[in-house]
Amino acid sequence: MITRRDFWAAGAALASVGTVSRAAATQAITQDNLLAFTPLGQVTLLHVTDLHAQLLPMNFREPSVNIGVGEAHGRPPHLSDGAFRKFFAIADGSPDAFALTSDDFVALAREYGRMGGLDRIATLVNAIRAERGADRVALLDGGDTWQGSWTSLQTKGADMVACMARLQPDAMVGHFEFTYGQDRVLELAKAQDFPFLASNILDEWKEPVFPASRMITRGGVNIAIIGQAFPFTPIANPRWMMPDWNFGIQEELLRANVAAARAKGATVVVLLSHNGYDVDRKLAVRVAGIDVILSGHTHDAMPRPELIGSTILVASGCNGKFLSRIDLDVQGGKVAGWRYKLIPVFADAITPDPAMSAEIAKQRAPYAADLSKVLGRTQGLLYRRGNAHGSFDDLICDAMLAERDAEIALSPGFRWGPSLLPGQDITADDVYNATAITYPACYRTTMSGAQLRDVLEDVADNLFNPDPYYQQGGDMVRVGGVGYTLNPNAAIGKRISDMVLLRTGAAIDAARLYRVAGWASISQATEGPPIWDVVGAHLRNHPEVRPRDHSNVKLITT
Amino acid sequence: MAIATPRVRLPAIAKKGDIIEIKTLISHDMESGQRRDSAGVLVPRKIIKLFEAQFNGRPVFSADWNPSVSANPYQSFFARVEESGTFEFAWTDDDGTVTKATAKITVA
Amino acid sequence: MGDERLISRRQVLVVGGAVVALGQMVGRPARAAAGEAEINRILAGRTAKTTGLTLDVPSIAENGLVVPVNLSVASPMTATDYVRAIHLIAPENPVPLVASFRFTPASGRAATSMRMRLAQTQDIIAIAELSNNDVLIAKAEVKVTIGGCGG
Repeated sequence: MITRRDFWAAGAALASVGTVSRAAATQAITQDNLLAFTPLGQVTLLHVTDLHAQLLPMNFREPSVNIGVGEAHGRPPHLSDGAFRKFFAIADGSPDAFALTSDDFVALAREYGRMGGLDRIATLVNAIRAERGADRVALLDGGDTWQGSWTSLQTKGADMVACMARLQPDAMVGHFEFTYGQDRVLELAKAQDFPFLASNILDEWKEPVFPASRMITRGGVNIAIIGQAFPFTPIANPRWMMPDWNFGIQEELLRANVAAARAKGATVVVLLSHNGYDVDRKLAVRVAGIDVILSGHTHDAMPRPELIGSTILVASGCNGKFLSRIDLDVQGGKVAGWRYKLIPVFADAITPDPAMSAEIAKQRAPYAADLSKVLGRTQGLLYRRGNAHGSFDDLICDAMLAERDAEIALSPGFRWGPSLLPGQDITADDVYNATAITYPACYRTTMSGAQLRDVLEDVADNLFNPDPYYQQGGDMVRVGGVGYTLNPNAAIGKRISDMVLLRTGAAIDAARLYRVAGWASISQATEGPPIWDVVGAHLRNHPEVRPRDHSNVKLITT
Repeated sequence: MAIATPRVRLPAIAKKGDIIEIKTLISHDMESGQRRDSAGVLVPRKIIKLFEAQFNGRPVFSADWNPSVSANPYQSFFARVEESGTFEFAWTDDDGTVTKATAKITVA
Repeated sequence: MGDERLISRRQVLVVGGAVVALGQMVGRPARAAAGEAEINRILAGRTAKTTGLTLDVPSIAENGLVVPVNLSVASPMTATDYVRAIHLIAPENPVPLVASFRFTPASGRAATSMRMRLAQTQDIIAIAELSNNDVLIAKAEVKVTIGGCGG
């Protein structure tokens, strides 16, 4: 009998750096070590995704809670910490443990240093192109590239376009890109030397807005790259920013585009996807003929791909922490073998690419004085990932409660934004990295207890619906001032219970109206100060941040 | 209400026996009769209730539309063309107003 | 139709990023009696086959006012064997029958696309009537959601 584990192990790559003992680890992490890879076949695909405009090295704590529902229950990427390390045979305290799991994060961060930085990624990409031959290598950007920093917000994505131009990707797809507005996306896409792909965006005539695919030849092999934008962009983000476009998963169109690519002579079909991992896993079963899915959106990072039938499903993390390399051996018109490595981008071990460093410095220079302003200091770890709770979101919620005189605060379950270590200054840059969106207004409204419950139930179903095609990615909306119990496996409308107003300990009254503050509303007519100003004002009044070590949300995980 | 403006997309040329796709759009509020204005008064129903397509005088496709059809209705369908000729499209409003459009196709 | 219900049920609320659709979260809605009656009127006592008719709708509506629908039946579309009509029903809408699409052999292909309004999350129904009096039925759920937090 073939176990699930065997599927995962099949075709797995080299021994990773995780096998190195902790004492030797810092010496063992070298650029050569990170790049070490025995080439296979004719083609190398490199995948970077969900950069969220993080040009500089940073810390990013992976989730401590990542619940899978339905078929995804207990399967990667829906494992965390010890269960994740056990599944992938990662040693406690190892560099991989630091890169991929959350417990012991602070101690390991001090040992292994920051990760990411586009100049480090450039060094890795350039080295692989040089070693392998550029004519065998394709670099693919999975999107959520242009958003997530102050410089990207101020330049409406132009900083990232300038930096990515130096990395020379072969194609990209999008999600938060669309929150600069449909005209800006078209403008920037046109300015790039490589295509912005979307098989699943249609105009009012139901005709494609962007090219669905691009054919490239690498190592003599014809490869079709088909792009998939985040299918639920107009639901998860403000629809008024892309009013003329229709998204969706569009399986039928994808099938047609796969068939068209094969008819045009593609030997290998790659889906560059911003669907999210669970959606891609379901899609891999339902849409035949895709050899590799490079999956983005849900920020999952996995040291080995999952094999779904004959489709290889790759998850490359976010914020520049990882670069995926997959080599393909194409024989007799199909993929006969493959080899994979999730390369952790340990910033201190990699010599920055000077040209990219200079470009990054150039892009940041006009804003440098603003960005370096120290607003406060954190005594504990500030992080974001987790299904229901993150300490950085607690800070944002506390700021809204205090500065907007609210009883309850709501903050979106975004998965981007770096982590800050205990004792670290909180700069303006750090606050922007957690909040920089084009719809930042911090509103104030009243809401009945029943309405609040409906909001939580609706978001919970977008996250925990057992059918992946109803999942939108992201995490539960964060709450301040209110506590509740969440049962992800309960039926729709029945996941939320025991709602309590924390200030008084009283149960939330369905009929009573509460003063609620929140931000990132998808309604066009939202008014209020930008959330970074609200957080900034709060930090001026309370510069020493003491993150809570407990969540307002009680999770029922059985 | 705004004057209904139709737009049509179809190929200009086709081969005999081809099945072509025809796409149509018309600007129209499709006032459902269920909506209340800002004063709380029910806005009377006013929709396009019938769409018809003919080729050289013969019916190809039609649709009965009800209030659940979105504003600015989009309608696509197919036609098998055996000869050159003219498509005629007609949108009939609740009040009997008919908006028309035509498009020629050359069959080689 | 839809509009009044959308406004009364959805009560525009600015929240964690969203327009809140109130009253839609508790379980799956029971099909409205009017929707059931519409389906029975079209079936007229015939038993519908559950294969052959493709109803393609998004799993989640981006906008309840503009939900794309693709309908098709694999049919030769000859003078003696063709699809006469496809009916589209949103049982939970105030007027459940959305539209009836009528084909002829000259249609060449029994396929059509349009956009509809949806008042709330519901199972959409399509029924095709063939020239031999057979009927085909298909069902697909479309969820109307708050959204606003993905990322």
